[in-house]
Amino acid sequence: MASQRIPVTLTINGQKIVRDIEPRTLLVHFLRDELNLTGTHVGCDTSQCGACTILLDNQAVKSCTVLAIQADGSEIVTVEGLEQEQLHPIQEAFREKHGLQCGFCTPGAMMLGAYLLNHNGPLTEETIREQLDGLLCRCTGYENIVRSIQRANEIMNERQNAQQAARATGVG
Amino acid sequence: MTQVMGQAVKRHEDIRLIRGQGQYTDDMKLPGMVYAYIVRSPYAHARITEINTSRAASMPGVVAVFTGRDVKDEVGLIPTAWIPPDADLKVTPHSVLAYDEVRYQGDGVAVVIAETPYLAQDAALAVDVKYESLPVVTDPFEAQKDGAPQVHTDIPNNIAFHWKAGENLDEIFAGAEVVVKQHFRQQRLIPSAMEPRSALAQYHAAQGELTLWATTQNPHIHRLLMSGILGIPEHKLRVIAIDVGGAFGSKIACYPDEVIVSWASKKLNRPVKWTETRQENFQVTTHGRDHVQEVELAGTRDGQIQAIRVKTYANMGAYLSTAAPGVPTILFGLIVNGAYKIPHASSEVLGVLTHTTPVDAYRGAGRPEATFLVERMVDLYAGAVQMDPLKVREKNLIRHEDFPYTNAFGLQYDSGNYQETVSKALQIFDYPAFRREQETLRKQGKYIGVGFSTYVEMCGLGPSEVAGAVGFQGGLWESATVRVHPTGKVSVFTGASPHGQGEETTFAQIVAEELGIPVDDIEVIHGDTAQIAMGWGTYGSRTTAVGGAAIHMANEKILEKARKIAAHKLEVNEEDVTYDSGVFSVRGLPSKGVTFQEAALDAYLAWNLPPGMEPALEGTAFYNPKNFTYPFGAHIAVVSVDPETGDVKLLRYVAVDDVGRIINPMIVEGQIHGGLVQGIGQALWEGAEFDNQGQLVTGSFLDYTVPKARFFPKFETAHTETPSPHNPLGVKGVGETGAIASTPCIVNAVMDALRPFDIQDLPMPLTPQKVWQAIRQAQTKEPAESK
Repeated sequence: MASQRIPVTLTINGQKIVRDIEPRTLLVHFLRDELNLTGTHVGCDTSQCGACTILLDNQAVKSCTVLAIQADGSEIVTVEGLEQEQLHPIQEAFREKHGLQCGFCTPGAMMLGAYLLNHNGPLTEETIREQLDGLLCRCTGYENIVRSIQRANEIMNERQNAQQAARATGVG
Repeated sequence: MTQVMGQAVKRHEDIRLIRGQGQYTDDMKLPGMVYAYIVRSPYAHARITEINTSRAASMPGVVAVFTGRDVKDEVGLIPTAWIPPDADLKVTPHSVLAYDEVRYQGDGVAVVIAETPYLAQDAALAVDVKYESLPVVTDPFEAQKDGAPQVHTDIPNNIAFHWKAGENLDEIFAGAEVVVKQHFRQQRLIPSAMEPRSALAQYHAAQGELTLWATTQNPHIHRLLMSGILGIPEHKLRVIAIDVGGAFGSKIACYPDEVIVSWASKKLNRPVKWTETRQENFQVTTHGRDHVQEVELAGTRDGQIQAIRVKTYANMGAYLSTAAPGVPTILFGLIVNGAYKIPHASSEVLGVLTHTTPVDAYRGAGRPEATFLVERMVDLYAGAVQMDPLKVREKNLIRHEDFPYTNAFGLQYDSGNYQETVSKALQIFDYPAFRREQETLRKQGKYIGVGFSTYVEMCGLGPSEVAGAVGFQGGLWESATVRVHPTGKVSVFTGASPHGQGEETTFAQIVAEELGIPVDDIEVIHGDTAQIAMGWGTYGSRTTAVGGAAIHMANEKILEKARKIAAHKLEVNEEDVTYDSGVFSVRGLPSKGVTFQEAALDAYLAWNLPPGMEPALEGTAFYNPKNFTYPFGAHIAVVSVDPETGDVKLLRYVAVDDVGRIINPMIVEGQIHGGLVQGIGQALWEGAEFDNQGQLVTGSFLDYTVPKARFFPKFETAHTETPSPHNPLGVKGVGETGAIASTPCIVNAVMDALRPFDIQDLPMPLTPQKVWQAIRQAQTKEPAESK
């Protein structure tokens, strides 16, 4: 039973990954133990804390509630995949607004934040506090996480405006 | 010179943490590593009659299964490292795995080691343990009564220690105009750091050396204690804790689990890793608080407090954890008079054993329990003498001119201007306007309330002589090595062990400011006993007050030497050399200069040093503080209570804190926010509950309410800065203030909202159900009581 292995194919942080795995392997353990993507953390065993949040086909998902084989064929982004040519706005904002202390829930908090940025919902203080319901942070008191997500939205807009301006003037 | 201290410098540690590149213990992987899973008792009290491991041992991937009997003669017991004197303290023998009797739900009985974590867990389920259940006691007041079930057979009435301080107050209370008595249940809390505990041990047989990666706040204390337990000499033992995902006191203790993996690694000659599940974290990792308190306050009819008397039954759990006995005694009993000039005081504490998870430090550790009772008593007393609670505070607060102030127990408060924090809070919060609004709303059947908390706490642990006098089995000084490299870049080695508090940045700021070099030229290294000679770790808001002061002293040594080198190079007397913005120059001749980097290079090249000077540029200092530091402040909370549902909503929270000199205001604010949420959590939502069989019924995040973002409004924070005279930086400490001040502030606010119902006190947490029931009871008894 334990030795039976099943093939999975996933795209993780833009890379195609093919592995034979034990069917009961949780996605979070697959990421951490098989792929050494240890930025995604395990903070609980009841899907309450959100430290393991990743993007699965552009949805914020707790990777401790998904079997790796359920994610077969999907596209996954973890904290390691946020940074492209430069830091992702959410990363820059978390540092700027002191949205992290011990850093343990932070990857999950940032992935949730990245999801919120991409879903065009209102990002008022109140809505962000509601949206953070799936996240437990014991250090920050949340206020700076809220500020970080709002700041990330600003950074994203600033970058888009700069790109547009660059295009308009024919530069870049 | 550019000012670096006092600036919101962005954190160095974030550079790795926001990329998912932190190095938490569970992230570690070593070749040949195997995984441990600990089999734990489902009973809170039982005799182990049989353990059969054969089925588990034969399962796939299992490397070994060990029981308590396999381990007990090869390792020592888990020690208690804080033994308050004159308290008749009884040691509670704590085996790393129980082999005859289990004393709380979660006591380890066996360990399975396998090739993968899944296989270890599979096999753990197949370890067959037979128990004979025994009677259980979980409440500290019940446990000390005659005839209560015994936790340890040779500790009568389960009283592990009996500690007293202060004077006999019978006469004062007998003659007092007003006496207020109140019973408080300071409920048990579960620290719930987001990172579960973890330990990875690697034994190097050839050298007889052990490396232990562990989630600890104090790697050097771990090395010291583990050396004794394992019988591995201290110089052959290395403890590493690079990134630790929060702790709040719960990662101070030396735990059996770390000993088990260390011993097993030696036995199997393979690296062994263990990481607790969240369920284990709830059941096994130390809890906090848990007092039954009987408090009496004596005062005059016009609001002058004369005396406070406290008797406390402190629940210690099944064993006395590492620092546990010091928490409800030294860190609690000596400061129950709070920020008030109370001439007479007495504290008596019974440390009581029960069949529950061991209790140890949790954010604030003793001081929240003290602050809660005194802040609540002030409000109750104000009610009894029909005065405004703020007026009573203002009348009794220690005044600015009284510092240094010696309290009734002999603690010397360093510095303070308590009135100033109150004034500042009242600038933010319009109190008279609030009372008018409250009156108006009450007429509409709406209930809002205001609570105050004007607190003081003791932190910056602490002078080593005092540590010795109060029975802490260690020193409380701190070490620093500031190593300037030939290029003028700097590595700082600290014996403190930050785990979220941001000292990789704060300490770099101290060095940048004092050495006049860029903050990005400095790297702070912590949490590795092989790199740092000695240190006592991070707890008790001591890291900057003690560890930062050590860095300051090391900087002074470096500057002194660099100045000599520069003077030699400039061919002038040392006294004629000034230092500004990273350049040594000759007084009155600013064009001629030697940069700090040039001096560093000269120190290493040693081609032309002043006669007799040793090469290299490095300063090491060991700072032993003169005294504790005493942060203080004034907090104001505004809540609404819905009489139909009992729901309490926090509307405003104003926190004015004085934590001494501020080095990084961004980090200070973050510390205060975090503390507030934990303290408010205790007031309104958090509470560990055991059933009468000792089963932890709040054993997951589904059952134990760790506060969420949507529970809070935006906090309104402000500061005053009164430097501490007790350390060269003038800093006090900020890690715990929020958790210390906020709990009574919230409860006072809820009680103020409930004033029309004549409810005096309610036990925490003030859940909707509890508040709703109290309102209902008040409404039904009202006709009978009103005349």
